[in-house]
Amino acid sequence: MPAGEQSPLNTYLAHLEKGELAYQFSPDAGKAVFYPRVLCPFTGSSKLEWRISKGLGTVHATTVVHPAEGAAYNVALIDCDEGFRLMSRVEDIAPDKVRIGQRVRFRVHRPGGEEPPCPVFVPAEAA
Amino acid sequence: MEGLKRASAAIVGVAESDLGHVADGLSVIDLMAQGVQRALADSGLRLKDVDGVFTATTQSRLSVLALCEYLGLDPPFIGSTIVGGSSFEYHVAHAMSAIEQGLCSVAVIAYGSTQRSVGRKQASVREVNPYESPFRPFMPSSAYALAASRHMHQFGTTREQMAAVAVAAREWALLNPAAWEKKPLTIDGVLSARMVSYPFTVRDCCLVTDGGGAVIVTSAERARSLEKKPAYVLGCGQSVTHSAISSMPDLTVTGALASGKTAYKMAKLGPTDVDVLALYDAFTINTILFLEDLGFCKKGEGGAFVAGGRIGPKGSLAVNTNGGGLSYCHPGMYGLFLLIEAVRQLRGECGERQVKDCDVAIAHGNGGVLSSQATVILGNSATV
Repeated sequence: MPAGEQSPLNTYLAHLEKGELAYQFSPDAGKAVFYPRVLCPFTGSSKLEWRISKGLGTVHATTVVHPAEGAAYNVALIDCDEGFRLMSRVEDIAPDKVRIGQRVRFRVHRPGGEEPPCPVFVPAEAA
Repeated sequence: MEGLKRASAAIVGVAESDLGHVADGLSVIDLMAQGVQRALADSGLRLKDVDGVFTATTQSRLSVLALCEYLGLDPPFIGSTIVGGSSFEYHVAHAMSAIEQGLCSVAVIAYGSTQRSVGRKQASVREVNPYESPFRPFMPSSAYALAASRHMHQFGTTREQMAAVAVAAREWALLNPAAWEKKPLTIDGVLSARMVSYPFTVRDCCLVTDGGGAVIVTSAERARSLEKKPAYVLGCGQSVTHSAISSMPDLTVTGALASGKTAYKMAKLGPTDVDVLALYDAFTINTILFLEDLGFCKKGEGGAFVAGGRIGPKGSLAVNTNGGGLSYCHPGMYGLFLLIEAVRQLRGECGERQVKDCDVAIAHGNGGVLSSQATVILGNSATV
């Protein structure tokens, strides 16, 4: 066993494996912290709590990537209701139909193989 | 914090290396050395005068060592800050600081890239971000596209307005014999080009070329003893707001707001004093963001500001007169070329694209994905 704590990334991924979107909360700053870290960027303290998001959010920014080969796909920044932002994509609708301000709901995507799970979103009304 | 002294140093030599698609087998250090030789010739100084060396490139991990070895130098001061395309604007401030402190007297700042020859994948190592890479953003284009999507949403900025930035850059490029692009471009030509990452087509994105160059910085006193007109460093400012686009505090406000403020304060100048702008146009939205954040128009009005040819050769504000990263040259870290063009404009060396009565120039560098911003304000002797 390596010495020291589990990495923030592996804690985050372990939650995703269970179908949970985890984030950190800094009690001293009263703010959400994302991506997960070993210290709080607002206070410098290592006092950070892990919390589980309710999985609801709003599209903050969106683009459609047109790769040289293969189908176009969405990449978006999502503002979760708990006050943190993450990169993701909105699925179940055409990539160019994703709109800023649209309400979305988290679901876990499991690519399989060596790839770890990742958080994707679907339109909230369709979830 | 006292900071740098206005006009204590000047840029006295500038040069590009070979550009575009360079000869087979030329290394990035070869290109840096070409730049150093040509910039020294431009300044009237010699290699033995050089006692400060600054470099940045993505293709040599210890590039400053490689260049020192190549040039046969063991300088008392070196620097290799690498913050993407804005690195060279940081180097100017660092060289100026070293010169003020007496740590060196003649500094060269050099860059080289062969990304077109070797391919983008070979030119820079792909970094995996476990919180972004799974979503396959096409970097850096998608990051800037996300910022553009916010600008369009919040302020009603249109694809046509962004295309106007590319068209203006192309009009300038047609006046620059060194520019990569040689054919005219229209708004429709931008909009109908191959889509890369919405709202950007390939014409909203910077070129992929080889290239390099160097600039020479020395004290104001020594600069006055040289033949060419010095370009005095009047102001410097920098800002780091984030690294990854998902951590950018506000996608419509860049660190240029802070870097510009610092640079203007040091220069004791404001936007209305500036005659020519060299803004890091990696993507068309950049020019709009930096015109806003550097105070040339209000936040949100950049799209309307650039429409109708205002920043082109026939317009009222001269922006990216070399044709910019969009149409002149973009080897990956374009910031050095901003300084080269700003100095040439201040000297009056720009031929057909020369801006009249050019006393004050801004070179504004951008690095990462709008992550690092650095502003350098340069002026000729009328400003000192």
